[in-house]
Amino acid sequence: MLDYLGWIPALPLIGAIINGLGAGRLPRKVVSAIGTGTVGLAFVIALGCFNALLQLPPDQRYHLEQAYSWIDSGDLSVPVRLLLDPLSMVMVLIVTGVGFLIHVYSTGYMGHEKAYGRYFAYLNLFTFSMLVLVMADNFLLMFFGWEGVGLCSYLLIGYWYQRPSAASAGKKAFVVNRIGDWGFMIGMFLIFVAFTTLDFNRVFTEAPGRLMPGSAMATAIALFLFIGAIGKSAQIPLYVWLPDAMEGPTPVSALIHAATMVTAGVYMIARCHILYTLAPAALMVVAVVGAATALFAATIGLLQKDIKRVLAYSTVSQLGYMFLAMGVGAFASGIFHLMTHAFFKALLFLGAGSVIHALSGEQDMDRMGGLKSALPKTHMTMLIATLAIAGIFPFAGFFSKDEILFHAWESGGPILWAVGVIGAFLTAFYMFRLYFMTFHGPSRLTEEAKHHLHESPNSMTIPLMILAALSLVGGFIQVPLMEGGQRLSEFLAPVFADVAHVAGGAGAAHGAEHGGPGLEVALMVISLAVAASGIFLAYRFYMVDPAAPKRLAEQMRGLYKLIFNKYWVDEIYNDKIVEPIRRGSIALWQKFDAAVIDGAVNGVGRQIERGAGLLRQAQTGSVQVYAMVITLGLVVVLGYLALR
Amino acid sequence: MTPAPTVPLVCYQILAAILFTIGVVGVLVRRSALIIFMSIELMLNAVNLSFVAFSRQHASMDGHIFVFFVMAVAAAEVAVGLAILVAIFRNRDTANVDDVRLLRG
Repeated sequence: MLDYLGWIPALPLIGAIINGLGAGRLPRKVVSAIGTGTVGLAFVIALGCFNALLQLPPDQRYHLEQAYSWIDSGDLSVPVRLLLDPLSMVMVLIVTGVGFLIHVYSTGYMGHEKAYGRYFAYLNLFTFSMLVLVMADNFLLMFFGWEGVGLCSYLLIGYWYQRPSAASAGKKAFVVNRIGDWGFMIGMFLIFVAFTTLDFNRVFTEAPGRLMPGSAMATAIALFLFIGAIGKSAQIPLYVWLPDAMEGPTPVSALIHAATMVTAGVYMIARCHILYTLAPAALMVVAVVGAATALFAATIGLLQKDIKRVLAYSTVSQLGYMFLAMGVGAFASGIFHLMTHAFFKALLFLGAGSVIHALSGEQDMDRMGGLKSALPKTHMTMLIATLAIAGIFPFAGFFSKDEILFHAWESGGPILWAVGVIGAFLTAFYMFRLYFMTFHGPSRLTEEAKHHLHESPNSMTIPLMILAALSLVGGFIQVPLMEGGQRLSEFLAPVFADVAHVAGGAGAAHGAEHGGPGLEVALMVISLAVAASGIFLAYRFYMVDPAAPKRLAEQMRGLYKLIFNKYWVDEIYNDKIVEPIRRGSIALWQKFDAAVIDGAVNGVGRQIERGAGLLRQAQTGSVQVYAMVITLGLVVVLGYLALR
Repeated sequence: MTPAPTVPLVCYQILAAILFTIGVVGVLVRRSALIIFMSIELMLNAVNLSFVAFSRQHASMDGHIFVFFVMAVAAAEVAVGLAILVAIFRNRDTANVDDVRLLRG
């Protein structure tokens, strides 16, 4: 089965080409069949590869498949080669599996759209790029996928390009991502300087020998790569594009801006874990940025009114948890949370999409409420996802979040842990605020929305139910405190095994995993209690006493305004960074480009024209004059020769 | 039998030079295309004369052969050139070269 590895990314690419070229000509049924079929088939092949990988002994689960040699120039040799090891296997299964469900959902959600073929072409192209990103075996090919998903993200955010807000949100996402890509590229160049290769296997096996732990080079590489991860995975300070990305269609938000693309940064750090282990300072930065983002974004999520924006800030916050896990050296836990988050966050977005679909496009939670009876399936699945993200036992989010918090306590210290726990409290609160405001309480629907209210078609609810099942049981592949319970860690162990050989840092964390079962239970109880109190508070505020939030807002007017306006971060960025750059660019254009460069170019042209005008005088058009000149010339030459 | 007294070579050359110069001046100063054309023929024949004289002097046939070629080409040239002249005259009602200055820059 491993021989068919190349088909996993190739199938979505074929789908993208067919749907892209046939956009507007192919009938909708064919577009849906190609769009979902190619991804579904890729998922089946991925399952086959997974099975084949499990047959191998753990230390041989490493498969390379060379397609062709892309660049071969001097020291630089970049093949297009796919790598399958447990880490990329997990990612491939998430991308194709969750991706397939979202493709199916899209056939229902986007059914009324005019540009149906274009949508599926982009979505397939995204799946292809994401698969290249996670299956690449060198940095440049990974960067190709990295840019590809960025492009598709831009195209899909701006899918409704007739809407100015969507077009500018797409542009914002693209530009902010470019800042991160700059860091990624610098990191890549430094790697080439240090190793004269971009091949993962060579870089990672040679890294402990070539780079001193904590050396400036190791730290610089790790930090620049992290800038790339910050951009792609929406961490402080580059998270601003993700909430605006909600202008895209909801399934896109689910697939790209929650389940897969934004986790690329986490995957990249997990892939380069050796480099980060060699740079403890960089690892600390990752942990701090992750924890800060987890808390910061959670506070903004508290007061958002747009259902999708709440989920967007919650995504930013959850990504923060993953980076916190990476930062404390718990790479497998980060990937575990990545996986469970892909399930429940995709479900939350698709559920929100189902609500929006039912209300004919309404996204403001102030105009929802009491939808429980009208949308029973959506309500049930959303409740499961909300419990999962809040971290309630036995839903998937409980296991992964607690594992991260446990490792944060173990190797990051109580402060990082405390930040994480406060974030978890806020998460439970704002998620249940969303839940109560949407499905409970009095109906605040507009008359028109009430008129059209309907449960979504099966093509949408079935993916919801599958994802709900996964959110329910997904956590059990990694049960703490149980002998043989940590199946995901064991599966990923060969990838992260080399950490133990590298001096310092995360090696200790690995050993501490089996350290204190009592401590782990205590931390678990604390975070359960915190989550429960968050839910209870949300219940008090939005069910029992709906006036309470207003009273509190009156009492803490300043704080309320600060958070309600998202700390004015967008405004500050706009004033301090975007505007000066825009003004500077205009000045450069008018003063330098138009005056100096255009002046020089046009000046040269004008001088040549003037010289040509002078020479033109010699051409009278009279053949006799030409003949006279020739004859005179001949006489002069002959005369010179004769009289010499 | 003594050979008949012959005109020395230099006389032929001087005559050829005079004819050639007349031809050149005719090309340069006359305005009628037809006269210019005739002047060119004059130049060609001055050269022919020179060739034949040298050929006789050196008792070689080479010069004669050159002259035959020149005459053949000149005949062809006259055919083409006169055709062009007629065409210009039909188009412009003139054969004056000052009126045909299309090569002006």
